[in-house]
Amino acid sequence: MIASFFGSIPAMILLTGILVGVSGALLGSFLVLRGNAMLTDAISHSIVFGIIVVWLLTGHMSGPVQVLGAALTGVLTVVLSELLARSRLVKMDAAIGLVFPALFAAGVLLISIYARDVHIDVQTVLLGEIGFVWLNTVMIWGVDVPIAVTTLGAVLVVNLAFVLVLWKELKLTTFDPGLAAALGFLPVALHYAVLTLTSVTAVAAFDAVGAILFIAFVIVPPATAYLLTRRLWLMVVLAVGLSVAACVAGYLLAIMWNVSIAGMMASMTGLWFAIALLFAPDHGLIAQAFGWRSKRLDHDCRALVAHLFTHQDTPQMAEENTQRALVEHLRWPAPRARAAILRAHDRDLIERRAGLLTLRPKGTAEAEAIFGKTDLRQR
Amino acid sequence: MSALADLLASGIVRTVLMGAAMLGAISGMLGAFAVLRRQSLLGDALSHAALPGVCLGFIIAGTRDLGSILLGAFVTGALAALAMMLIVRRTTLKTDAALGIVLSVFFAVGVVLLSWVQGQGGAASAGLASFLFGQAAAILRSDLWIMGGVGLAALALVLALWKEFKLVSFDADFARAQGFPVTVLEAALTVMVALAIVVGLQLVGVVLMVALLIAPAAAARQWTRTLGPMVALSAALGAASGAAGALVSATTRGLATGPVVVLVATAIVVISLLVAPERGLIWQALAARRARARISDGRLLKTLQGLAAAHHDANYPAEQGMLEAALGTRAPSARFAALERRGLIHPVTHPPETTPHWELTTAGHAEAAALSGKPDDPKGGGQT
Repeated sequence: MIASFFGSIPAMILLTGILVGVSGALLGSFLVLRGNAMLTDAISHSIVFGIIVVWLLTGHMSGPVQVLGAALTGVLTVVLSELLARSRLVKMDAAIGLVFPALFAAGVLLISIYARDVHIDVQTVLLGEIGFVWLNTVMIWGVDVPIAVTTLGAVLVVNLAFVLVLWKELKLTTFDPGLAAALGFLPVALHYAVLTLTSVTAVAAFDAVGAILFIAFVIVPPATAYLLTRRLWLMVVLAVGLSVAACVAGYLLAIMWNVSIAGMMASMTGLWFAIALLFAPDHGLIAQAFGWRSKRLDHDCRALVAHLFTHQDTPQMAEENTQRALVEHLRWPAPRARAAILRAHDRDLIERRAGLLTLRPKGTAEAEAIFGKTDLRQR
Repeated sequence: MSALADLLASGIVRTVLMGAAMLGAISGMLGAFAVLRRQSLLGDALSHAALPGVCLGFIIAGTRDLGSILLGAFVTGALAALAMMLIVRRTTLKTDAALGIVLSVFFAVGVVLLSWVQGQGGAASAGLASFLFGQAAAILRSDLWIMGGVGLAALALVLALWKEFKLVSFDADFARAQGFPVTVLEAALTVMVALAIVVGLQLVGVVLMVALLIAPAAAARQWTRTLGPMVALSAALGAASGAAGALVSATTRGLATGPVVVLVATAIVVISLLVAPERGLIWQALAARRARARISDGRLLKTLQGLAAAHHDANYPAEQGMLEAALGTRAPSARFAALERRGLIHPVTHPPETTPHWELTTAGHAEAAALSGKPDDPKGGGQT
């Protein structure tokens, strides 16, 4: 039963994707909230250099030595970028953009010089080979388990433990690093801990999804979850769930259309983001547009009531308190004026008699509330 | 050297070199504005976002036609810039998250399209992967015209809107207050970054394009404080990196151009960061050393002066070990020698002690008095 699960190719591919997605989403939630998302970009590019150097030095293509050795390059990139920015010769964004392409370029060159015939080639570096993760297996308790699955499983356990054990500290340093430092927590240490784990995860995920698609797994599901909720624990849970959903949907579509599996999984995270961006209940574009319209309508109602109140019982009343005056004097477009009158009428604020708009008692009360009970006409 | 001459005689190599230099110059020129406006990483996002456009251009044209591929890359790059703007303006996500989302999702879609094209087979589709890391050797003579056209258009735009771009790059708020259409100008600069990326794709590929935008500009910035020379120098450095990278990759089989160009450009940046006059790290270190030396000299002189005054003996011999312990300065013996060379102190013996002693010369007394005459001068430093 277990052996057949670990022997099944689709199950292993899916499991690998899900392990990458969940590990990435756990850390990504904090990276996105802390404004460090682009450091993921830098890390995931520059570990290529670390992976090839470790391979050249030790001959390890997987396992703990390779993961830790290559992860050092990721942390090194961050440290170098921060040092460069601190010299104030270049800004932080340019510093990031100088360090990681250099390391990445060096890694790619080393690959094309030394490793041309080995199983990593330049395109695998970018795109990963999630379809072939089942080829390299290791025997665990009498069951053949893909190496990628064991490595990623271990990384997931570490990430999960890190997030659960240091939940309170992570939450505090993420939202208020100043307070965290004042209370004696170590925001800088946590910052580097998160980035180190991101590097480790990137290296472990490298075989499966490559250097760049990894960024999608780390940043996009947490960012999507961020649009949907304002609670940290819910955001992390949603991000994990979205990752899993993206992996399953991406795998099925990739098989159907015969395209890159990892690419399709990453694309699906993008689809979830686009959907959330449009339809998120509070912060989505559509909700924003409706919210904006209804706010403007409310405001127009108040302006209309104030306008009518100002001119009520004055000689200009016959001219001012009409729909035409709203268009000609207040310069409202006709549909806007009509909508405001309808809304005010629905709320029993005004009534229309023979083209003349007059305030109902409720409208008068609202206008008095606006003007603070002072009758403007007596001033 | 003759091997190089043989190489240059070849028409193909000349085309590649010219193309590479041209691309490097365009990216360098436009990258200068991106770096100054702190939009370096926008270039990264836009260049990754060019991949789906490259594939779409290929799918629609059906061949590896540079014009349609570049047009596709430009369109998806512009879409990515729009998506960026939408996310930053309409959600509470931070800019870096927006960059990461746009970069990775567009690239993922590009990967899917790329794998689809490659799954369809066909000889031409193989060349598509070269857009990942660049292949300057694939530049054709006819491509030069497209690149030249794009380059001239960009140059004309930069020259025509020089004053406006300068103002927007350095003080967008002031520009807005002066009534310049800042949003339009910023959009124009972003579009030009996309343009630079699109023309640079063949040289360095989508993944490393960001370095060709940033590196020449960051290097040029170290050498000058004026925008005009910076843009010109950035273009020149970009052209040099491009040409050097193309030459190396054309002569070595199986070496993608992009990484070589990026490493050349990075080397230029490192050199600039180290040796650029005044700003460079080496100069900074030298200046810091000089300042430290000046401060410890001043403290030494004033200590000697204070001792002399306390003992009512202008030629009071102070023991070197005691001075070193009192001042706690690092490597003070070098400072004693330096002060002796300047004729401010001179060594004396003070029998029966055998350790070295020092006393102030007349010039030393004058110098110490001059230092105490300016008690506000922080460089005088001697608080004895």
